[in-house]
Amino acid sequence: MFQNIWQILNDHQERLWTALGNTLRIAFLGFAFAFILGTLIALVRTNPSRHPLMLVAKKILEGYVLLIRGLPTTVQMLLWFFLIFPVALQVRMPAVVIAMIAFSVDGSAYISETIRGAVQSIDKGQMEAGRAAGLTNFQTMQKVILPQAFRNAIPQLGNELISMTKGTSVVGWITVMDLTFTTNLIVSTTFDVVHPYIILAVSYLIIVYILTFLIKILEKAVFKTNAFGKQANKNFSRRRSFR
Amino acid sequence: MLSVNKLTKTFHGDVVLDEVSLEVKKGEKIAIIGASGSGKSTLLRCLNMLETPTSGHIYFQGEALGEGNINKKRQKIGFVFQSFNLFANMTVLKNITLAPLLQQKDASKMEVEGKAMKLLSKFGLADKADAMPNSLSGGQKQRVAIVRALMNDPDIMLFDEPTSALDPELVKEVLDVILDLASSGMTMVIVTHEMKFAKNFADRVIFIDKGKIAEENTPKEFFENPKCDRLKEFLSKVLN
Repeated sequence: MFQNIWQILNDHQERLWTALGNTLRIAFLGFAFAFILGTLIALVRTNPSRHPLMLVAKKILEGYVLLIRGLPTTVQMLLWFFLIFPVALQVRMPAVVIAMIAFSVDGSAYISETIRGAVQSIDKGQMEAGRAAGLTNFQTMQKVILPQAFRNAIPQLGNELISMTKGTSVVGWITVMDLTFTTNLIVSTTFDVVHPYIILAVSYLIIVYILTFLIKILEKAVFKTNAFGKQANKNFSRRRSFR
Repeated sequence: MLSVNKLTKTFHGDVVLDEVSLEVKKGEKIAIIGASGSGKSTLLRCLNMLETPTSGHIYFQGEALGEGNINKKRQKIGFVFQSFNLFANMTVLKNITLAPLLQQKDASKMEVEGKAMKLLSKFGLADKADAMPNSLSGGQKQRVAIVRALMNDPDIMLFDEPTSALDPELVKEVLDVILDLASSGMTMVIVTHEMKFAKNFADRVIFIDKGKIAEENTPKEFFENPKCDRLKEFLSKVLN
């Protein structure tokens, strides 16, 4: 068995490296853009301003999140690939870039909700203390609320990174040579259904294992530097209800 | 210094403050007492616009609070919370220098930190400069919160039940700081449940009941010779 696996790895070395590269590129860049976009969406949606423009923006973003979460990632990707870019925008775009865009947009909806939840879970006294000291809403968000919210959101963000990484296995639908699509091609040319799929499964496992490890390190580093976390929850129970 | 004119605040139809008018003179010390839910904290929170009044006006040094840049005015109105609300993600020193460093573009970091260290030493907190808030006792947290409010050289200090979240044995260290501040001539308004403290500290005591100022007087008259029935009842319950 191991001999067969080595054989396949050896014969298809080049394609498999490219495939791994594509999978990781789509996952990581997709996540990075999703994170930026998601944070911006969350910032607008948690903004207390009652300005008409802000209210309109909030409604639009609420609809955006509803729409994106209502469509399967694969369907969104197919829409980008077959409708939005070629027909609506009439722009030629490499499939791998389209996959990245699709995953960024899809991920941004979920991540915006994660960040929104994390921002709202920060004791509202933190914002009040910032405002009472004469800081603007934005300054308090930037210096006080977001650093705490990101920290609290790390486990859930890690979840989303992992889930997005595995989710990229559908990009073969739009001809991107990722791990899964490449493996399918190998199966159809070698008529060996056993070993290529074992390699595929183990590859994903290893990637996710490494990600889990890295997330853990990040979490530890962040929580250690300022002993936040459990201790800080004490303030929650002491928090009075504002009148 | 501060003038409140027919201030009304309603929350979802419930009237919390009902046409309250109040005048705070420079250097004056005012204690506000009242039962929970009487509106005393809401009144204080309106004074720096943490709550937006439903109607009525507040004038701070002759300017309406609702107009113009509220952040500039808030720098001159120190506010101390019941639950301290120190920024949980930064050290004590960063907590107290954050606002001045962002606001005073011309001041150097060294100047601001020097001033911060001076204030921390004054209140016996110099060794806590690099500590995180959650490693401090409640009394230390509240003293840091007071220093944070003082960093902007405020013209008035507002205290919202500053000792209510403290262990009983830590109350004194915070009250001592407030008394110390009072003796320096600072204008102060404090919402408190500490009757003995209110009596010693204040030039004027105000009793708030059901969103209205039910009685206000000098501490001596207020505690020894209360006029309205509700205050008599309140005092008989809290003093015995």
